[in-house]
Amino acid sequence: FVRPNRPLGPYDTKEAVTPYQQATTYNNFYELGTDKADPARNAGSLKPRPWTVKIDGEVKKPQTVDIDTLQSWFPLEDRIYRMRCVEGWSMVMPWLGFPLAGLIRRLEPTSKAKYVQFTALLDPKQLPGQRGNVLDWPYVEGLRLDEALHPLAFMAVGLHGKVLPGQNGAPLRLVVPWKYGFKGIKSIVKITLTEKQPQTTWMRAAPSEYGFYANVNPAVPHPRWSQATERRIGELGRRKTLPFNGYADEVAGLYKGMDLRKNF
Amino acid sequence: MGWLVPAVTVGGLLPVAVLIWDAYTGALGANPIQRATLQTGLLTLALLVASLACTPLRLLTGWTWPARIRKALGLLAFGYAALHFLIYLFDHGFSLGLMLEDVLERPFVTVGFTALLLLVPLALTSGRNSVKRLGFQRWTRLHQLVYLAVALGALHYYWGVKQDHTPPLIYAGVIAALFAVRFLKRRPTRKKASPT
Repeated sequence: FVRPNRPLGPYDTKEAVTPYQQATTYNNFYELGTDKADPARNAGSLKPRPWTVKIDGEVKKPQTVDIDTLQSWFPLEDRIYRMRCVEGWSMVMPWLGFPLAGLIRRLEPTSKAKYVQFTALLDPKQLPGQRGNVLDWPYVEGLRLDEALHPLAFMAVGLHGKVLPGQNGAPLRLVVPWKYGFKGIKSIVKITLTEKQPQTTWMRAAPSEYGFYANVNPAVPHPRWSQATERRIGELGRRKTLPFNGYADEVAGLYKGMDLRKNF
Repeated sequence: MGWLVPAVTVGGLLPVAVLIWDAYTGALGANPIQRATLQTGLLTLALLVASLACTPLRLLTGWTWPARIRKALGLLAFGYAALHFLIYLFDHGFSLGLMLEDVLERPFVTVGFTALLLLVPLALTSGRNSVKRLGFQRWTRLHQLVYLAVALGALHYYWGVKQDHTPPLIYAGVIAALFAVRFLKRRPTRKKASPT
């Protein structure tokens, strides 16, 4: 991976990028297996083309659009973001894609739209992990509309300058760098603008452990482990976890007046 | 069968060599510390279960050899538990403060740590002299702590996984079955002893 010459501002970090090999063989994608190495092994069954994305709910232009058409609406950008998993490890990921805000604005949300709900592919043939019921399939995630419109919120179609591999959520995934990695729903087939807060998959699975916001917060431990530190993949020791994963200057304002211990 | 105990010991230590080799060659993957923690934890539980299987196996089959490898299996289990704990400490920069916070505030860690503490007196009294010194009855009573330790170990595993609870439940099932065999088999066998 070659860092782009132009400055990426808040969309870059000076930190060393996680090598492609590690970023594509150590993954959480339960639809392709629960072991970290499973997704890379099983990604062959996931067919990212042909692929359509259904857009519905509180939008003026509900439609079903082919992934290549959707991608052609926007120029692709590089974003080098930190990625912090709720399990206590992190990576630095060079994504390729387009800002979520651009997509949402193009869909013209109605005045009722308050949230964005994302739904992943449901197909046990392509995603063999869905034959078991480790989670309630399909995987569902969501953002508040103002979070989704934030310039950091990103839709990735590539990684390390290449087409996004299956294990990383091909052909289209969400990237919200100030939130824990599980918010970054993979292999998206539906985007729904809603009036009510979506019920996400991990909230349903363990409401006391995973909240709707899932903002990276070293001060709020997971019930079973501390979130104060993290291991950057490739390093032996641990480093301190930063509030909002180091993006506090950009996003803290979104949560003004909210008790982040309650809204975890 | 004088080779049995040495064979079990060598076989039981083999995973350490594999672990070191895998660490050296990078086969532990992108997060080697986490993988090593998980593997030593699983080995602890598997060896504890194996040591607990010796008596039920003897009761069910009448074989005597399982009783002779029980101590080696138990000590191996303790060794892996200690290694598991050492890797945990390394992972937390050998910080006693972080460890105490984890032990006191997170039930997942509390039960694992308690299980390890319970195994310490058992390892210390594993020699033949200890049986003599303590008396068979008291020694047996003390070593019944292993039942609590294995149950806490299984709970530690159950609480440690994020979502897929099938493997820890399999362990729990096997442990429950072994307890059941002991409970059901022991008394009738005693009553029927030496029918001549």
